Amino acid sequence: MSDVVKAVGVSALPEPRSRKRAPRGLLVAAGLCALLVLMPLAFTVYRAVTFGWDDAIELIFRPLVGELLINTLSITVSATLVSAVVGTAAAWFIERTRLPGRRLWAALTVAPLAMPAFITSYAWVSLSLDLQDFAGALLVISTAYFPLVYLPVAAALRGMDPALEESARSLGCGRVGVFVRVVLPQLRPALLGGMLLVALGVLSEFGAFTLLRFRTFTTQIYAEYRTSFDSSGASVFACILIAMCLFCLALEMRVRGGARYERVDRGVRRAALRYELGVWRWAVVGAFVVLAIVTLGVPIGMIGFWLTQSGAAAITPAEVSPELLLESTLSSIGYGCAAAVVTTLACVPLAFLLVRFPSRIATTFERIVFLAQGLPSLVVALAIVSLAVHALRPLYQSAELLVVAYAILFLPLALVTVRAAFTQAQPRLEETARSLGLSWRETVQRVLLPLAGPGLGAGATMVFISVVTELNSTLLLSPSGTRTLATQVWIDTSTLAFAAAAPYAALLVGISLAASIALFTLLGRSAVAGRAAVLKEGLQAGSPPDK
Amino acid sequence: MSELRVTSLTKSFDGQPVLHGVDLSVERGTLLALLGPSGSGKTTLLRVLCGFERADAGTVEIDGVRVVGPGIHVPSEARRIGYVPQEGALFPHLSVADNIVFGLPRQQRRARYRVDELLALVGLPAAYGDRPPQALSGGQQQRVALARALAPSPSLVMLDEPFSSLDAALRIETREAVTNALAATGATAVLVTHDQAEALSLGNEVAVLWRGRLVQTDSPEAVYRRPVSRELASFVGDAVIVPGSIDSRNAKQVICEFGILPIARAVAASDVDVMIRPEQIRIVADHRLNGDGVQAVVEKVVFYGHDASVMLRSLTGARGVQIRVAGHSHPRVGERIALSVEGDVVAYPRE
Repeated sequence: MSDVVKAVGVSALPEPRSRKRAPRGLLVAAGLCALLVLMPLAFTVYRAVTFGWDDAIELIFRPLVGELLINTLSITVSATLVSAVVGTAAAWFIERTRLPGRRLWAALTVAPLAMPAFITSYAWVSLSLDLQDFAGALLVISTAYFPLVYLPVAAALRGMDPALEESARSLGCGRVGVFVRVVLPQLRPALLGGMLLVALGVLSEFGAFTLLRFRTFTTQIYAEYRTSFDSSGASVFACILIAMCLFCLALEMRVRGGARYERVDRGVRRAALRYELGVWRWAVVGAFVVLAIVTLGVPIGMIGFWLTQSGAAAITPAEVSPELLLESTLSSIGYGCAAAVVTTLACVPLAFLLVRFPSRIATTFERIVFLAQGLPSLVVALAIVSLAVHALRPLYQSAELLVVAYAILFLPLALVTVRAAFTQAQPRLEETARSLGLSWRETVQRVLLPLAGPGLGAGATMVFISVVTELNSTLLLSPSGTRTLATQVWIDTSTLAFAAAAPYAALLVGISLAASIALFTLLGRSAVAGRAAVLKEGLQAGSPPDK
Repeated sequence: MSELRVTSLTKSFDGQPVLHGVDLSVERGTLLALLGPSGSGKTTLLRVLCGFERADAGTVEIDGVRVVGPGIHVPSEARRIGYVPQEGALFPHLSVADNIVFGLPRQQRRARYRVDELLALVGLPAAYGDRPPQALSGGQQQRVALARALAPSPSLVMLDEPFSSLDAALRIETREAVTNALAATGATAVLVTHDQAEALSLGNEVAVLWRGRLVQTDSPEAVYRRPVSRELASFVGDAVIVPGSIDSRNAKQVICEFGILPIARAVAASDVDVMIRPEQIRIVADHRLNGDGVQAVVEKVVFYGHDASVMLRSLTGARGVQIRVAGHSHPRVGERIALSVEGDVVAYPRE
C-alpha cells in the first residue's frame, strides 16, 4: 500500500517547470471522462428536485422511513466500530508482535476483501435462518468490511518510525503510555480513513441486507424501483442516502482535523519494533484462528457443503444446469474484461493530464471523478437506468450501457493506479530516450509502456475483480436474459435454493481470489493493499490537502 | 565520580557477537565521543545502554544505580537517560512545545514547564514553541530533540549520530548549539559518531570502538597522535606509513626514509612500520643544501583552496607519499623539494 501512496504523493507535487499548456484534445478527453461520472449524480438530484416538495415530504415523513433510518444508522455505526476494533487489533498483533505465522495471518486477514458481502451472507443464511436481522447483518457486514480498516492501519504501523517509540520510552513512558500517547495519535488518519471506507461500504451495501431480510435505505430503493420501475420515490431515498454518505465524509474530515502526521525526517528507518507475547502467544493465535474461521472458513465451508448436496436438500429444491453455469461464467468474465479495458483506457487521458500538465482544471476533473466513490453503486445504477429510459432509449438494457456503468463506478479505482503508473514514467526518461535517437513511437513503446505497463495492468485487474463481484448495477442494468455468476447467486439465494447457488458462488469466489492472487504475485503486497489505498486516496482527494 | 560505568558488556545477535566485553566509564559533566566505523557495534552499545536491547552479560551503572546486571534489566523508561535519536524523531502530531514537555508529569505538561528556558538553551526563539515540527529545518529539529531529552533533567544524555543527516554548514551551527547547551546544563553525555573530526572536536574524551571492542579511550589529542594500531591511525585521520627500524643505539628513535625520527612510545620489535601524519611533513625552504632534509619530486598536486594535497616520490624510498601543504604556497609538479618531519612519530611492530 505504501508504494501506491508514495507514488501518488509524488504526483501531488508537480514540478514547477512542467507547467506547460495541455493539448486541447487531451483536455477534452479528460473532461468527457469527468462529465460521464458526473451524469448519474446530476440526474438523481434533478429527479429528486422535480419530484415536488409536498409529495417528497409525504414520502419521507412515514414510520417506514423512521425504521429505515434507525436500521441504516445502527448497522453503519456498529459495523464501523466493530471493524475498527477488530481491524486495529489484528493490525497491531500482526505488525507489532512476534506472533507465530504472521505472514499467514496477514494474508488471511486481507482475503475476505476478495469475497463480496452477498456471498458471505449467503453462507451464513444457509447455515441458519436465525442469523437474519440485525445480529446476522452485523456479523456478516463486519467480517466482510473489517479488512478496510486493517489495511491502512497495518500500513501506518509498519511505516511508523521506531525511534519515536524509543524516544517516548526514554522519556519515561511505559508500554501503555507509548501506545496511548504516541502510537494511537499517529494511527488516527489511517484509522479514520478505514472507518470511513467501512461506513460508506455499509451505507451502499444492498445484496447482503436483502438476503439477511434487513431493511435499509438501499433495500427500500430497490423495492421502490421494482414496484414502479422508473420511480421518483427511489430518487428521493437515493438523495437521503447520498446525504448520509456526504455526512460521513464531512465527519471524517472534521475529526481528522488539521493535525499533521507526515514524518518529520527523511532518513532511512529501521524496521518497526516488535513485542514479545510470551504466554499470551497461543491465546492470540487462537483468536486469529477464530477470526479466519468466521471470515473465511464458514463462507468457504458452506459453499463447499452445498456443492456436495443435491438440489433437493435445500429449502427450495433446484438443480444446476451445466449450460447455465458455463454461460454465466463466460458472461461474468466477459463483462469483467470489457469493463477493465474500457475503464482503464477511459482514465488514461485524465491520468496523463494530471501527471504531465497539472492545473486547476485537471484537479477539478479529478475531484469530480472521485465524487463517484462516495456514491452508493445502487444509486448510480438507478440513475443510469432512468437516464437510459428517458433519454437514451436504444441503449436501455444493452451490454454497452452496463459496461459504461461499470466504467463510471470503477473509474476512481483505475485512475489512482494509472496515475501512479504515469508518475513512475518521468518525462526526463522520455527526453533521454528522444536524445538517444528514438522516435516518438519508439519512445512510447520502449520507455513509457514498460514503465507504466504494470500499473495499467494492475488497474485493469482491480476493475476486473470489482466487476466480477459487483451485484447492484449488474442486477439493474444487465440485458434481459443475461446471467452472470453474481446475479445467479442472488437469484438462487433469494429463493432459498442454496444448493443451486453453490457452484456459482464457488466459481465467483474462485475467480476473484485467483485474480487477487495474480495481482499480488505480479506486483507484491502494494497491489492488493492498493485497493484500499485507492479508495482512501480517492476520498481524500475531495478534501483539502493537509498542508 | 563517574556517571556511567560499564563493565565487560557483551551482546550478540543470532549468535553473531557484536560487543565483546566492553568496559567504559564516563566522568560526571564530561562529553564522551564514542567513535567507530559503521558496523563496529557503537549503535548497539548505545541501544543497550538506553535499554532498547538486552545485554547478554556484563553490568551497567548509571549514577551509581545498577541498571544492567545478572538478572537485572531496568526498562528504558526508568533509567533517566535523555536520548537524542538520529534525525531527532520528533513526534509529528505534537507541537514543538508539546514535544519538549513530553517526558514531564501531567501538570508540568499542562503548564508547558520550562519550555521557553529550554528553547533558549538550545538557541531557538520562544516563538517556535507553537510551531509544528514539520516547519523546522533539520538542525532545528535536532535542537528540539535535545531540549526534549534535557527537559526531565536526566543524569545522562545519549546522542546517536545527531549531526550525520545535516549538511556541512548546518552541521557546524547545530554542533555549536548542542555542545553549548550540554555544557550549560553540566550534563554528562555520550555522543555516538562515525565522523572522526566530530569526535575529536567535541569529545572531552574519545572512546574508539573497533569490531565490538573498545580499543582506545583517551583524550582527543592522544587518539590522534598516538593511535594504538595502524588501522586505527588510518581511521582517525590521514596517515603516511613507511617501513623503518628501531635505532639500535637509541630505542627512542626510529630510522626510516625520512631520516632518524623520535618515537612517541617505545616498541619491543626492531622492524617497525612508522606512522607519520601528513601535516607533520614540511617542505624545507632550500633543497640544495641541508643534509637532514629528504629529497623528493612532486608528482601531482590537488588544490582545494585552503590547502593542497601534494603527491611526492622520495628519491631514496621510491614510494609515493602524500602530504598536505597550505593552499597559498604549494609546489609545482616536477619540482624537486626537500622534506623534514616535525614532532614525534608512532612505530608499530611489523606484522
